[in-house]
Amino acid sequence: MYDLVVIGGGPAGLAAAYQAYQHGLRNILILERDKELGGILNQCIHNGFGLHRFGEQLTGPEYAGRFIKMLNDTNVQVSLDTMVLDVTPDKKVHCVSKKEGYRIIDAKSVILCMGCRERTRGAIGIPGTRPAGIYTAGTAQRYANIEGYMVGKRVLILGSGDIGLIMARRMTLEGAKVLACVELMPYSSGLTRNIVQCLQDFNIPLYLSHTITDIQGNGRVEKVIVAKVGPDRKPIPGTEMEFDCDTILLSVGLIPENELTRQAGIEMDPHTKGAVVYENMETSIPGVFASGNVVQVHDLVDFVSGESELAGASAAEYVEKGEPESGRVLNLQVGDGVGYTVPQRVRMGNVDKNVTVSFRVRRIYGTSSIVVKSGDTVVARFKRERMTPGEMEHITLPRVLLEKAPQDTLTVQAEEAQKS
Amino acid sequence: MKEVICICCPKGCHLQVDEEHDYKVTGNGCPNGLAYGKEEITNPTRIVTSTVRVTGGIHPRCPVKTDKAVPKKLVPAVMEALNDIDLKAPAAGGAVVIEHVCGTDANIVTTRSI
Ligand SMILES: Cc1cc2nc3c(=O)[nH]c(=O)nc-3n(C[C@H](O)[C@H](O)[C@H](O)COP(=O)(O)OP(=O)(O)OC[C@H]3O[C@@H](n4cnc5c(N)ncnc54)[C@H](O)[C@@H]3O)c2cc1C
Ligand code: SF4
Repeated sequence: MYDLVVIGGGPAGLAAAYQAYQHGLRNILILERDKELGGILNQCIHNGFGLHRFGEQLTGPEYAGRFIKMLNDTNVQVSLDTMVLDVTPDKKVHCVSKKEGYRIIDAKSVILCMGCRERTRGAIGIPGTRPAGIYTAGTAQRYANIEGYMVGKRVLILGSGDIGLIMARRMTLEGAKVLACVELMPYSSGLTRNIVQCLQDFNIPLYLSHTITDIQGNGRVEKVIVAKVGPDRKPIPGTEMEFDCDTILLSVGLIPENELTRQAGIEMDPHTKGAVVYENMETSIPGVFASGNVVQVHDLVDFVSGESELAGASAAEYVEKGEPESGRVLNLQVGDGVGYTVPQRVRMGNVDKNVTVSFRVRRIYGTSSIVVKSGDTVVARFKRERMTPGEMEHITLPRVLLEKAPQDTLTVQAEEAQKS
Repeated sequence: MKEVICICCPKGCHLQVDEEHDYKVTGNGCPNGLAYGKEEITNPTRIVTSTVRVTGGIHPRCPVKTDKAVPKKLVPAVMEALNDIDLKAPAAGGAVVIEHVCGTDANIVTTRSI
């Protein structure tokens, strides 16, 4: 019987396990299906990680390396090449590996850290033939940075998420010609700094409000047709452009990898497509926690680590003291302009001083406020100069304010400042 | 006045750089933006991250970076220099692969052990 089993050895799993150890647990096991720890960071060889946490611009492997090193000084156990197949509500973890075969591991607590997988839906909707040469940006990244293969020479990128932007630079540096980055929405979902240093640095045009309307080619991609879209996001006839290219990279978003979560019968949130979590990252099954990209899609790994440390500390507390005092339960709801919130529920009995809530807005806001309401009462208000869907927002709600909420629901909404 | 977007942190401040008044920077969210704004107009530099060939490791490529930012115009030359490297595993993280790459004061270092 383990005190804690962590599923997934990416940055979330590493930080969660380390923090649980720091909080006194000694019998911890990390299960990872890959042949090494580090998760997606191993293929993110660019710099920009860890500014918040280490005050330095580290590359992905360096950031992961720091946590792996910290873990090496503990007695936390790691099983690599081990795929978790099932987690039951009574916390039996079923897994399989070449070395040890099929195992059923008993755990007092479990943290789900399975991360994300790339969305390919954008591809399925694209008309045209089905030639070779269409990859998700992350797959191309793995090929280029770990396996050492270039996926093409003349590249078009669909979607302006960070992975697509990073790959535009990467492919260009490796000698490919990146013809354009095409984005359906009128704004990019990537970080501004990535638009500057990955597209503008190399004069790669970014076509906002555009999409691919046709892919042509026998065997391999030969030509792609791109058109402008109207406010209804439908292509406008007569605006077509032709690109001669052999490769398309899709960067159209990530989906949390929650098969295990769903199988376990854990309550899911349709907004995040992840588990509904309480203030301490606990799911609807007592003693089962979740953190990192499996809960909400993060763009900054620093916040993945922070969230996972909370999950790790909470798991340790659960093992030592059992379920926390619940008290009054507040339900967080999404209001105008807000896509989701994490956590979705707050047990006042388990709130010490304050609760940090993360969320994303659904469109770009200029000078604006984030308003937290309970019924018609404004519980808290936070000013922002700019908010974009590409960047996660965080607000800290003090306990004293939460106690004043007249109702058990809290609505988080975005409000544009009145123009005077 | 030139507008520059600061890339030093994810905030991405929109900086105004006044070339006529000693590259005075406004719009920066923190002091890092002051230096960046001036440098981006006078001598833009970038950290280069890429991979080099490695034999005998668990993967065929090892990630590397310049340990300091190098002038932007030298980036293609730095990439070129990496093609000649053939690492042998095991190699430690942080190991110097090329000293003073392309005559700059930056070294190429590995970013993981392999
Ligand atoms: C391409 C890309 C670029 C990024 N760039 C930046 C950046 O510049 N700066 C920044 O701060 N952040 C960046 N990020 C974000 C950051 O890397 C991620 O948010 C972070 O890696 C998420 O950590 P995680 O542990 O939740 O997930 P992951 O890193 O995906 O780890 C999940 C792990 O779980 C394992 N796993 C999943 N299912 C199972 C199972 N059933 N059994 C066993 N193991 C399993 C997986 O193999 C994997 O190792 C980037 C992300 C991507 C994808
Ligand atoms: S000026 Fe400071 S806060 Fe603004 S982007 Fe640059 S480093 Fe970040």
